[in-house]
Amino acid sequence: MILAQSEGFDPLNPRIEIGQWADDLVSWFEDTFKPVLDLISDGLGGAYDGLSNALREPSVILIVLLFGLIGLLFWERFPPLRALSMSFVVVPIVLGGAAGWGVHALGEELESQFLALLIVFALIGWLVRSWAFGIFSAVAFYVVAGMDEWDRAMETLSLVLISVIIATLIGVPLGILAAKSQVVSNAIRPVLDFMQTMPAMVYLIPTLFAFGIGVVPGMISTIVFAMPPGVRLTEHGIRNVDTEVVEAGQAFGSPPLRILRQIQLPLALPTIMAGINQVIMLALSMVVLAAMVGAAGLGLEVVRGLQGLQIPRGAEAGLAVVVLAIFLDRIVAALADRAPVVRASRVRD
Amino acid sequence: MAAVRAEGLYKVFGRKADLAVQQLKQGASREEVAKLGVTPAVIDASFEVEPGEIFVVMGLSGSGKSTLIRMLNGLWHATDGHIYVDGTDIVNAHGAELRQMRKEKISMVFQHFALLPHLTVAENAAYALDIQGMPKEERFARAEEALEMVGLGGWGDRFPVQLSGGMKQRVGLARALAAGSEIMLMDEAFSALDPLIKREMQEQLLQLQSSLNKTIVFITHDLNEAMRLGDRIAVMRDGRIVQIGTAEEVLNDPANDYVAQFVADVDRTRVLTASSIMEPAQFVVNADSGPREAQYTMREKQMVAAFAVGRRGDKLHGVVHDQDVVSAVRRGDKSLEGIIDTDVGAVHQDTYLVDLFAPSAENPLPLPVIDDEKRLVGVVPRVTLLSAMASIADVVHTADSPAQDAATTGVTRGFGTEASNAGQGGDA
Repeated sequence: MILAQSEGFDPLNPRIEIGQWADDLVSWFEDTFKPVLDLISDGLGGAYDGLSNALREPSVILIVLLFGLIGLLFWERFPPLRALSMSFVVVPIVLGGAAGWGVHALGEELESQFLALLIVFALIGWLVRSWAFGIFSAVAFYVVAGMDEWDRAMETLSLVLISVIIATLIGVPLGILAAKSQVVSNAIRPVLDFMQTMPAMVYLIPTLFAFGIGVVPGMISTIVFAMPPGVRLTEHGIRNVDTEVVEAGQAFGSPPLRILRQIQLPLALPTIMAGINQVIMLALSMVVLAAMVGAAGLGLEVVRGLQGLQIPRGAEAGLAVVVLAIFLDRIVAALADRAPVVRASRVRD
Repeated sequence: MAAVRAEGLYKVFGRKADLAVQQLKQGASREEVAKLGVTPAVIDASFEVEPGEIFVVMGLSGSGKSTLIRMLNGLWHATDGHIYVDGTDIVNAHGAELRQMRKEKISMVFQHFALLPHLTVAENAAYALDIQGMPKEERFARAEEALEMVGLGGWGDRFPVQLSGGMKQRVGLARALAAGSEIMLMDEAFSALDPLIKREMQEQLLQLQSSLNKTIVFITHDLNEAMRLGDRIAVMRDGRIVQIGTAEEVLNDPANDYVAQFVADVDRTRVLTASSIMEPAQFVVNADSGPREAQYTMREKQMVAAFAVGRRGDKLHGVVHDQDVVSAVRRGDKSLEGIIDTDVGAVHQDTYLVDLFAPSAENPLPLPVIDDEKRLVGVVPRVTLLSAMASIADVVHTADSPAQDAATTGVTRGFGTEASNAGQGGDA
């Protein structure tokens, strides 16, 4: 086909058929990797359905588990509790779980589907960051529920969480490789530039062909678009670890993987977390685009608002996206502040 | 047998490193091979370090001393030559073999301490033992012993950020000591420390060394430090070792003009600086406080005069005398401002001893020593200056006596600038 195109090539009036080639490439790719694509499609679609259903109509098990986690955070946050022996950690988890069971029952009683998760978000906001942020989270998510955007917000949250987890699982190891090897670094830099600068909508077209209408092409595009800062900041973080400290590891005979685990990753963690934060923000910025190929959620509401020129619809869905963005951003930033190296740097007598 | 022996060691950075080494061996100069686009960092270095000796490598920045020390434990591979650690050539060792050698035989102390900021002092001190695979309790016990040795017993649960520079380097030292290896590499270990702390650390190192008898390769750019610590000193310039000898030899019998210049005008009072002999200032009052507080402090410590130092950053304001303070208190003055005598004859810490005599003779008080920010970093009492002079005279005297001369040259001449000689000596 390429030959056929170039036979009639006129150097003075060139028409280079890159678009056609891209189409051929995508067709070839689809034909060749059909089983793999199906697997990805089923996997992503299944994960999304599972998570969004779980968040929209949280089961008692999920709420009990989440409250168990909150119990753990509570125990870990207050030193007097932590000072008690390690084995007591079971107590706050069990108590938390019991509280979760109670909250879920209360939600059933009041016939409110969002109540339990709203309390979970507020408590996480408090324990991970501050009481003020806990209150903010409670109010903000209550407003989301009040705008009748709760279910769609949970769908968007599911899409973003799954995309971010996958982008991180691919991006961070890639960043580590790039930091270790100049060849890898040189090879992936242009690819990352390409991924970031190519208008995001372009990704929608081939993924649409490969996966059909629905949430999967939106997630794939989101992953591709949001991953680069995760890779870049991981590489940057690891490369910027003080050479002398790495040398210290080598000088005492530590093997490379152990240096990575004990020295490079802990010291680079704040930078890596900043990268993950960027990934989340970029993923959120993709939700509207994802809606164009059929992903449900807040993005779809924005698209409909645009199509119908309905200001209320767009405003409400947009505001809900902002709430999600602020919540995720602050939580991740607070988690980055809990990295051991940041904590140790704050210790004072 | 030498603990560490280097033979015709080369380190050249760049693609055509091997070719450059060939040319250097045929007598090409550093500048000539630079045309190949390579940087020769170490050229034809040969020396032996005896067990239990402190071997100082001295040179300015860019002279290749950091590269040299990093080749001794294989952090950087030598381009050519041999390094024998306990008789084993490590130049061609790789991976696991090299790591095993580092675990068992060589530890290292770094210029900027290189502590792991997210680990406690105890965990840092136990780091080498962790790598060696020692069980937790045992390694923390050993780490605590090492911390006690360097005067940091009981500091184990702090974090590095809570320590001063000197204390951090003590942790670095404890980490190396805890590792239990016979050979210690110290890369500008005290260069990042304040002068007084540096002195303290040097003394502590010598004290530890007198009981531990480690083999130490110590890198420095500071002549005073080299003189104080080194059993023998190797002077490096542009990648080559230009002289190896004792402190006296380097001072009295420099191998070439470069070394001669380095050891400055032969006169040691022009080599040693105020910071190398100064002592902590004892008589200090707060310049921002009132006369009453000053009077109290001075009576407490029975001083006739005291240095008035600002609360922020130890800036030296001047000196206050006892009778002025008493009359100020009587007048009911609120601040010391009016009675601070600013004419105190302060000297900069880099002032050579030779320039201290005149101010010291004129001034009844110890000479205050200040740094670039005019902070009081120490004092030189007249008695300190005089005893420093006495010990320098001693050194000059003994070095001049023929018997001593013969003895020292007998030991050290062999490692002179002719590397081939040293190499043959080692083989024989």
